[in-house]
Amino acid sequence: MSREELKQRLSEICPSVTFDETGEFLMAFFTPDVFLTQMKELRCATDLNFDYLFCMTAIDWKDNFTAVYHLSSTPFRHALVVKVKLTDKENPVLDSVAGIWKGANFLEREVYDLMGIRFNGHPDLRRLILEDDWIGHPLRKDYADENMIEL
Amino acid sequence: MLIEEDYITEEGDFVVNIGPQHPATHGVLHLKVWLDGETIKHIEPHIGYIHRSIEKMSESLSYRQFIYVTSRMDYLSAHINNQACALTVEKAMQIEVPQRAKVIRVLMAELNRLTSHMLWWGCTGLDLGAVSPFFFAFREREIINELMEDTCGARLTMNYMVPGGVMADLHPDFQRKVKEVIAQFKVNIHEYDQLLSDNVIFQERVKGVGYLSKEDAISFGCSGPTARGSGISCDIRKLYPYDGYENLKFDEIIEQGGDCWARYKVRIAEMHQSMSIIDQLIDNIPEGDFQAKTKAVLKLPKGEFYQRVETARGELGVFIVSEGGTTPYRIKYRSPNFSNLSALPTMAKGCKIGDLVAIMSTIDLVIPDVDR
Repeated sequence: MSREELKQRLSEICPSVTFDETGEFLMAFFTPDVFLTQMKELRCATDLNFDYLFCMTAIDWKDNFTAVYHLSSTPFRHALVVKVKLTDKENPVLDSVAGIWKGANFLEREVYDLMGIRFNGHPDLRRLILEDDWIGHPLRKDYADENMIEL
Repeated sequence: MLIEEDYITEEGDFVVNIGPQHPATHGVLHLKVWLDGETIKHIEPHIGYIHRSIEKMSESLSYRQFIYVTSRMDYLSAHINNQACALTVEKAMQIEVPQRAKVIRVLMAELNRLTSHMLWWGCTGLDLGAVSPFFFAFREREIINELMEDTCGARLTMNYMVPGGVMADLHPDFQRKVKEVIAQFKVNIHEYDQLLSDNVIFQERVKGVGYLSKEDAISFGCSGPTARGSGISCDIRKLYPYDGYENLKFDEIIEQGGDCWARYKVRIAEMHQSMSIIDQLIDNIPEGDFQAKTKAVLKLPKGEFYQRVETARGELGVFIVSEGGTTPYRIKYRSPNFSNLSALPTMAKGCKIGDLVAIMSTIDLVIPDVDR
């Protein structure tokens, strides 16, 4: 599917979607409330078939957390970047996609561990890399640790 | 729409902790294994023992410095990690890399892939009870490592590729030595087949073990030989060529088996392909600069950049979010081992605990790449 077709198809699925075309991939901004149903649609619609979640991360901006999902389709080879802005900086929560892509289980645990975004409906949301009693989420910009040395 | 239910320990389950200090885990990986007799019921990987927060560190390093940290991620394909970072910076700044540098990069990357697969082959033998393959593999690997030392000054963490090209020109003896080692290896690789591939005891250990279906491999985001062993076409060198791979003749190796034997065959065949790529390039290194002229301080434009390369283990993605400054705002490495490891519980379910070693060695785990 070409970029224009993809844009049109996405607007059908989700009228509120906004696009950013500055990057290499088409970027689509979804809203958190309908995020899960739209992701299911991206995975299950036969003409879209985004079956390969190859990268997932989150970015800590000044006024929001942005979750970034890099999706591609192995039969069609089209790619899409889905972004969700979470404006609640104190307690960021997003629906889990671990039921759609199995690989998201580990990826979401990593994001929860290092960035502190909670994923609703995740089967096993525990810290993945750090110890269970670690305080704070190190990839946040305001993270401070008593052992950190200012260079 | 599958969610695997949380595993609840039943009465009579036997729980074994394998690692973090165990020779078969190839690093500090800790697996919590639920057993029913000898059969694996469930596995829970615990990672993070060698987490060095490379992503956080990179946020305070300049675009020239952050590349050196990445050699320590997947230390068996350090060149390819460096290449991924250099390519991302070049893509963002639109730096034109000289043809000579591109060819040198591909040569180094393929030599690196060879050494990585050799080490994997030796360790697989060692894990499954055959000690000699380890020595055979290190015989060739040692020569290539020396060859790297001549040109890059290091044997493992090379730090040779920089934005704009490579750090230094090739050693005068490079071409001669590469030709010698490849000619020798073409003879020796038959010993690899004689020792392991044609060995019935070895085949019995890996055939039909650790099955990963095509659907699961896609769903888990597997890549590299692990995914290609399950019949997925995912070679980044073919799909999204970089550094002149589009001009080279080589095959993407795909096996349909999905078991350890299929993954084994993919890697062995990939060694032949790497040698074929080196053959095509070694006599055709163009003259010219080995590095483009770049500014002393690199500044990426505002935006997001994603570049992927094929390491010896799969797709390595570098995702840089830039605010226009001299350091990245956020950097994410999509490491191949991380996704491949997440598929391990599915692969090993129902296998015997002795097979777990075979499965782990055919995924070719490198733990520093998982933890980053």
